Amino acid sequence: MAAEQRRELLGLFEEPDQAADAFTRLREAGFGDTDLEVISSTPYPEGAFGEAHIKHRLFTFPFAGAICGLVIGTAWVVGAQISEPLVTGGKPIVAVPAIIQILYEGTLLAAVIFTVIGILFESRLPDGVGLYDKRISDGYIGVSVLATDPKMLAARQSLEQAGAVDIIAKDGSIMSSPQESTAS
Amino acid sequence: MQEPVVTEARTTDRELLDFVMRTPRWFFGSTVVFGAILAAGFAVFILLLMFGLQYFGYSHPVYWSFPIVNLVFWIGISHAGIMVSAILRLSQAEWRRPVTRAAEVLTIFSLLTAMLMPIVHSGRPWRTLYWEFPYDWIRGAWPNPRSPLVWDPSAIFTYLLSTLMFVYIALLPDLALARDKASDPVRRVLFTILAMGFRGTSRQWRIQAIAGILLSAIILPIFVSVHSIVSWDFAVTSLPGWHNTVFAPYFVIGAVHSGVSAVVTVTIVLRKILKLENYIKADHIDSLARLLIAVAVTWGFFLFLDFGFGLYGEEPAEVATWMKRTFEMPWLVLAPIFIFTAFLFPVPMWLFRNVRRSFKWMFITTVSVNIGMWLERYLLIVPGLERKSDLQFVYGEFTPSWGEGIIVTASFALVMLGVLTFAKLLPIIPAADVKEGQILAEKFAVGKTDVPAAMRE
Repeated sequence: MAAEQRRELLGLFEEPDQAADAFTRLREAGFGDTDLEVISSTPYPEGAFGEAHIKHRLFTFPFAGAICGLVIGTAWVVGAQISEPLVTGGKPIVAVPAIIQILYEGTLLAAVIFTVIGILFESRLPDGVGLYDKRISDGYIGVSVLATDPKMLAARQSLEQAGAVDIIAKDGSIMSSPQESTAS
Repeated sequence: MQEPVVTEARTTDRELLDFVMRTPRWFFGSTVVFGAILAAGFAVFILLLMFGLQYFGYSHPVYWSFPIVNLVFWIGISHAGIMVSAILRLSQAEWRRPVTRAAEVLTIFSLLTAMLMPIVHSGRPWRTLYWEFPYDWIRGAWPNPRSPLVWDPSAIFTYLLSTLMFVYIALLPDLALARDKASDPVRRVLFTILAMGFRGTSRQWRIQAIAGILLSAIILPIFVSVHSIVSWDFAVTSLPGWHNTVFAPYFVIGAVHSGVSAVVTVTIVLRKILKLENYIKADHIDSLARLLIAVAVTWGFFLFLDFGFGLYGEEPAEVATWMKRTFEMPWLVLAPIFIFTAFLFPVPMWLFRNVRRSFKWMFITTVSVNIGMWLERYLLIVPGLERKSDLQFVYGEFTPSWGEGIIVTASFALVMLGVLTFAKLLPIIPAADVKEGQILAEKFAVGKTDVPAAMRE
């Protein structure tokens, strides 16, 4: 049997308390952590709306990057010294103390690059599918819910009962002000 | 007690995006002025390429002068961004919020300017390309990774790329805001692409918070390494006055001294011209001034160490260099100006609360620091080269030329134009960060007073 298709609804709220209330109602209606998301133009403290603690693996990225950077850096400078064996001041061709600076920079540069990749990956960016409304930039708080067709009505009712000023689906507003909604 | 920024979120967005969305007339005037100075600098560079380094005041054995002084100076200024942004992020200092981006942007443009200086200095950049890049694979002509001339670019490139990525990640929420607010279709498309679909989900905000701290922690060691390696450009030579063991930390703390001072100067100017009085308050400048006192005193200690170590070894060449730096013209005049402007004038002034909270006095004192710090690099580089050493039969004294003066002036114009252009394209104060600070600035009563509560995760 094919899995039931899930669709996204986005409720817009004027006050953080209303958004938190919507979150509680949606949980009571049987929606889980992976179905719900809060969207705001301002970072609120984690858990302000009752959302779950976010799990991520961001801390592994810099370590992976650092190892790659060290390996590439070592291959680069050792390879360069072997390829052009200039004896300088009677020192060995591969003189470790004189290349530590480059290994250090290579290690840290790759750590930064991997961290940035990790940040984008863990932030789920680039994102071209999630529902969004420009009113969020004006201070409205969005509560997004992913629901299957049988639970769509319950999701919509929860958002309305919590005081949503608008509810948006992929095709536009299903409550009011359709001209202002956009799907990014 | 910190003064929180208290404006409504919509007002914050409107005020911080005002200069991005609307172009005042003075912007065109300042662009023309800076552009003209830059054009003069470019003309000098073209002359150098066509006719050689005769337009600089070089005389044997002084072949390192203003461009190298400028290189060290601008790399020093670039340390502002990471000092202010990364350390204050790591320590979760609430007052950092309005000043971090200006500091980071100053880092980017001062680094880019610094990177141009060795190209100007060499006069024949295409002949020096092989020092850095392995372009001739077939003949096996590789750069020498044991040379500071390779260490230095590798550190600066790492610092520049890291800072660019750091700024970009921190910019994502403001790019999304600019995307939503832009009325011009070209800008909207540009901001939409750059924002990469950032929506402000709780996950994205959480990752943003961690990213700021994580990237700060990684970039800090790069920040320390960059000016250490710049100091080794000098210290690995055998020239007297250039190879004290204290050079690396002395350069790093000197860079922080001039960099944080430059952040204060730029912040005060931006506050005035972009009308950011609601966001940059006396408290922010006061906090930076307190930081500067600690930094300046540490720098003063290292300056004393450099001087002390130079004399304590009783190495005749080293002592002679210090004598030249102190008692011979023109250094006899420049050295006291350097000490006065970089330390004796500003630091005692900052001890007074009224000075620390005065935008006018903080502007004057921080500009003074950077006049002194530019002279410090000049005093460090040229007298060491100018001193007649053994087996040196042809030697002269360095006299700055008009060409070098124009290059230095153009470098300042380039940085100022860069910062101004950035502020025109994107918010120079991080709107999301400021709004977060407003949420955390809710007050609670303690006895008979109200205290802002700063919550941290």
